[in-house]
Amino acid sequence: MIPAAFEYHRPSELSAVIALLSEHGDEARVVAGGHSLIPMMKLRMAALDHLIDLRDIAELRGIEVGATIRIGAMTTQHELLTHAGLAEAAPILAEAARQIADPQVRYLGTLGGNVANGDPGNDMPGLMQCLDARFTLTGPDGTREVAARDFYEAAYMTAREDDEILVAITFPRPGAGHAYEKQKRKIGDYATAAAAVQLEAADSKVSAASIAMTNLSDVPVWSAAAGAALVGSACGTPAVEAAVAAMLADIDPVEDSRGPVEFKKHVAATVLRRAIARAWSRV
Amino acid sequence: MNDQTPPTREERTAALKGLGCARKRVEDARFTQGKGNYVDDVKLPAMLFGDFVRSPYGHARVKSIDASAALALPGVIAVLTAKDLEPLGLHWMPTLAGDKQMVLADGKVLFQGQEVAFVVAEDRYVAADAVELVEVEYEDLPVVTDPFKALEPNAPVLREDLQGQTEGAHGLRRHHNHIFLWEQGDKDGAEAAISEADVVAEERVYYHRTHPCPLETCGCVASMDKVNGKLTLWGTFQAPHVVRTVASLLSGIAEHNIRVISPDIGGGFGNKVGVYPGYVCSIVASIVTGRPVKWVEDRMDNLMTTAFARDYWMDGRIAATKDGKITGLSVHVTADHGAFDACADPTKFPAGFFHICTGSYDIPVAYVGVDGVYTNKAPGGVAYRCSFRVTEAAYLIERMIEILAQKLGMDAAELRAKNFIRKEQFPYHSALGWEYDSGDYHTAWDKALKAVDYDGLRAEQAERVVAFRRGETRKLLGIGLCHFTEIVGAGPVKNCDILGMGMFDSCEIRIHPTGSAIARLGTISQGQGHATTFAQILASETGIPADNITIEEGDTDTAPYGLGTYGSRSTPVAGAAAAMAARKIRAKAQMIAAYLLEVHEGDLEWDVDRFAVKGAPERFKTMTEIAYAAYHDAIPNIEPGLEAVSYYDPPNMTYPFGAYICVMEIDADTGEHEIRQFYALDDCGTRINPMVIEGQVHGGLTEAYAISMGQEIAYDEMGNVKTGTLMDFFLPTSWETPHYTTDFTETPSPHHPIGAKGVGESPNVGGVPAFSNAVHDAFRAFGLTQSHMPHDQWRIWKTAQDLGLHG
Ligand SMILES: Cc1cc2nc3c(=O)[nH]c(=O)nc-3n(C[C@H](O)[C@H](O)[C@H](O)COP(=O)(O)OP(=O)(O)OC[C@H]3O[C@@H](n4cnc5c(N)ncnc54)[C@H](O)[C@@H]3O)c2cc1C
Repeated sequence: MIPAAFEYHRPSELSAVIALLSEHGDEARVVAGGHSLIPMMKLRMAALDHLIDLRDIAELRGIEVGATIRIGAMTTQHELLTHAGLAEAAPILAEAARQIADPQVRYLGTLGGNVANGDPGNDMPGLMQCLDARFTLTGPDGTREVAARDFYEAAYMTAREDDEILVAITFPRPGAGHAYEKQKRKIGDYATAAAAVQLEAADSKVSAASIAMTNLSDVPVWSAAAGAALVGSACGTPAVEAAVAAMLADIDPVEDSRGPVEFKKHVAATVLRRAIARAWSRV
Repeated sequence: MNDQTPPTREERTAALKGLGCARKRVEDARFTQGKGNYVDDVKLPAMLFGDFVRSPYGHARVKSIDASAALALPGVIAVLTAKDLEPLGLHWMPTLAGDKQMVLADGKVLFQGQEVAFVVAEDRYVAADAVELVEVEYEDLPVVTDPFKALEPNAPVLREDLQGQTEGAHGLRRHHNHIFLWEQGDKDGAEAAISEADVVAEERVYYHRTHPCPLETCGCVASMDKVNGKLTLWGTFQAPHVVRTVASLLSGIAEHNIRVISPDIGGGFGNKVGVYPGYVCSIVASIVTGRPVKWVEDRMDNLMTTAFARDYWMDGRIAATKDGKITGLSVHVTADHGAFDACADPTKFPAGFFHICTGSYDIPVAYVGVDGVYTNKAPGGVAYRCSFRVTEAAYLIERMIEILAQKLGMDAAELRAKNFIRKEQFPYHSALGWEYDSGDYHTAWDKALKAVDYDGLRAEQAERVVAFRRGETRKLLGIGLCHFTEIVGAGPVKNCDILGMGMFDSCEIRIHPTGSAIARLGTISQGQGHATTFAQILASETGIPADNITIEEGDTDTAPYGLGTYGSRSTPVAGAAAAMAARKIRAKAQMIAAYLLEVHEGDLEWDVDRFAVKGAPERFKTMTEIAYAAYHDAIPNIEPGLEAVSYYDPPNMTYPFGAYICVMEIDADTGEHEIRQFYALDDCGTRINPMVIEGQVHGGLTEAYAISMGQEIAYDEMGNVKTGTLMDFFLPTSWETPHYTTDFTETPSPHHPIGAKGVGESPNVGGVPAFSNAVHDAFRAFGLTQSHMPHDQWRIWKTAQDLGLHG
């Protein structure tokens, strides 16, 4: 559990990060909180010669809350939990962040690292898909935006180029009807299944619904059909069961030590039912 | 001078902080401040680091090992392989169980993670890099991880070194992967009881493979001083004296030239009893290089290679009359020992004390047969916070009782009470050969049932089942009962030894001139708080306040020889030695007091902290005064000084017991659970320190909780360990850990000098059946008889699924 030797860089300008990435290509990686990357290095599953620490880059920090919410990539999960404006504007973030690991991990682990990592076990990617977030990426050729729903290609494969930095995450201020429901084996474990749900209502009926699932495929699963199944309903059993059925058709879990596929599907259905019920109660 | 009222006897007693005092643990000041001194804190000049190249395969032939690239790396000093150890005769080593074990792969590997080569380098980082550079060519062989498949006629031969050997250390081997069949009791009698019985409950109960997982992993520092020829070995040893003897026998270094030191140990739980290749390789590397060599496992090394626990497939049959009187028990165990039989048991007991499996019950006839089997898994088979295989035994009988109750249609609490050994039957001779020293099970049981309002719980459970069936709730309620009997304090030298060393233990006391003292024992604390509790025994016995007594253990150059700490033996054996040594001190003190008070010895009586003249309590000498006199006065016919040593060979084991009840909520859909209540009544005889007891019970219950609800060492069919990190191996945090209510009764051991029985392991022994029975009980109304541990979420879900509870 000892990583191989590497050079450590700690630039204070974004341009310097990009220059280092361009210079060293895939022998270099940025490190944010290090709580996904460093374990991989210790297991020698990630080998790299240059580690570029992002913590001194001021542009990657900060939370702005307006009609659009903008969160700097280097914002820690702990900051998501404690930011008062965010708690009011998008409480689902804190509800999800609280279910990530433990305080020690959350003090260091960042939102940017969590979404850039590409591990299907991470909670924030699914949540960001649920919120229809956009990821701002800066590279040698400038800045572009990619929708969270288009970002994930396969486990650890994303639309981000190797020499691009995730700068910020933005999403429209969500409505009140939210829930993040996660089942895990213990503190510090990734999800057996998790569901992110945002609902909006008009005339006591669902007017808009967004549903995303975590750790049930090699990428987060935003299930458009599951959301659509709820629209126009009052979240009664037939609509919820239709949403669950639609979600089950979109996920593709694999067996691991959390359990067999059938179990994961069962849990996925259960957490989704619970999340919908809670989100609906908060609309 | 006498205008102050002299302290009362109660005040003098309290000042000692002796038996019964909830004295704060003296160790905690350093542990809570990060000031402990563990093996990895040992840093010596010019120290090197060792690390292992380990097998990625469960079973493979080692075709070649090429260390040239590793040796070319700057900072690498040596790479040892079996070929290097062979001339020393150290490429294999004897195990505690009468088998032998490869130190480094000799031609083949038999489990994933097996030690193949030992890299020695200037620092840990270089060592880790070098490990990657050693090229090993393997040819994979068929893997067997299932002990039943291992015994099939054409199963692959695992131990080629034993081929053709039909006799092992424990009798006949009937198959190439068979280790022994060990039998106890009356086979024919048990069969007869079963065939004549009104009711027989029969079940296969699996106690899965798990791991003690101490927070501090195993490690050592070996330092060979070539000038004076002395080897010093610091290590995470639960039995430092035995390690010294073994090291001497293996290495040929005279025993007086070896000093073994167990510094602070961060938990052992049986994991640190055995001798591991890392120790042998570090010693050899230090001898070869002339420099100190440190080896410390990382978490994956620890979980995957050093001693596992359990892995017992237990086929039980229990017979009873139709009104619930048990008439017989028969058990056959298929014991998966892994690649080498390295179980840590007393030599004559290859299945440990598993034959305590008649439990708390008066069972007239019983039989146990245990087949030990080789598989492609790591060796071990240690007593993970239990006396040897006692947890397995307690789990078996407490499951069988539940299953029998179901079959009889009888309440399981009532069935237990009906069959308990009665108070007046002690000392009780069990059908499998034990003499239970003492007990009062009915009193404890009634107290426990009352404390949890057992009848109320059963009524609530019945209502819950109705509500569940009506679809009003998805949660089930389980009431997990357990009444366990422990057997600890190994043990009488006449039948218990480890590698020929009798399982006595020892204490040596020196009283200083000013009346304080140091005592050294043959045991070694790994967190149990010996420095606190042993001082309390001595305080009550010698009248010297516990705060004025230093306790030292773990240095073989200073401590008297002892067999170490495991199997809850420290208090029963070394604690008894402490009391006996203290009594020798007191006997001499009495002679000195008689001289000082100018009376006959027989005219004196012991009074808390002094000898007083009978009938004239104002005439006395305190132990402090006596100690001074021992060093100051020229007393005729009495040697100066005040010291004593005792080597204690216990006449019998001690038999702590307890009544545990767990109330658990189970979500039939997600498999999640919540422990609503856990009541633990322990009877460990005389209670030395109630706070330490409570801490031990909390810790042991938490391990029991982990084991029953999620912790396991699981292998896939290729022999890969699936749970080699703490992500998958369940160690509860404060978040998962339930709340516990502790309680007690006190039935002193009749043969122990202070009546103490030991408690450290009871909660693991009794906790596992209580948690597991709660899970089973939740599903009882739906017909469940047995579902194997660990009861993690998916397995509970699967149980519900198989019972058709998901609609
Ligand atoms: C015990 C434990 C339990 C955990 N449990 C959970 C859990 O339940 N749910 C969960 O979601 N997470 C969990 N995590 C992961 C944790 O949340 C990580 O902190 C997070 O996944 C990664 O964030 P980081 O800041 O630590 O990123 P790092 O580990 O530093 O980086 C992760 C990856 O993202 C890349 N990266 C980071 N920042 C950027 C950027 N700005 N631009 C481009 N690339 C970037 C890195 O190069 C690296 O490849 C757990 C971690 C631990 C140690």
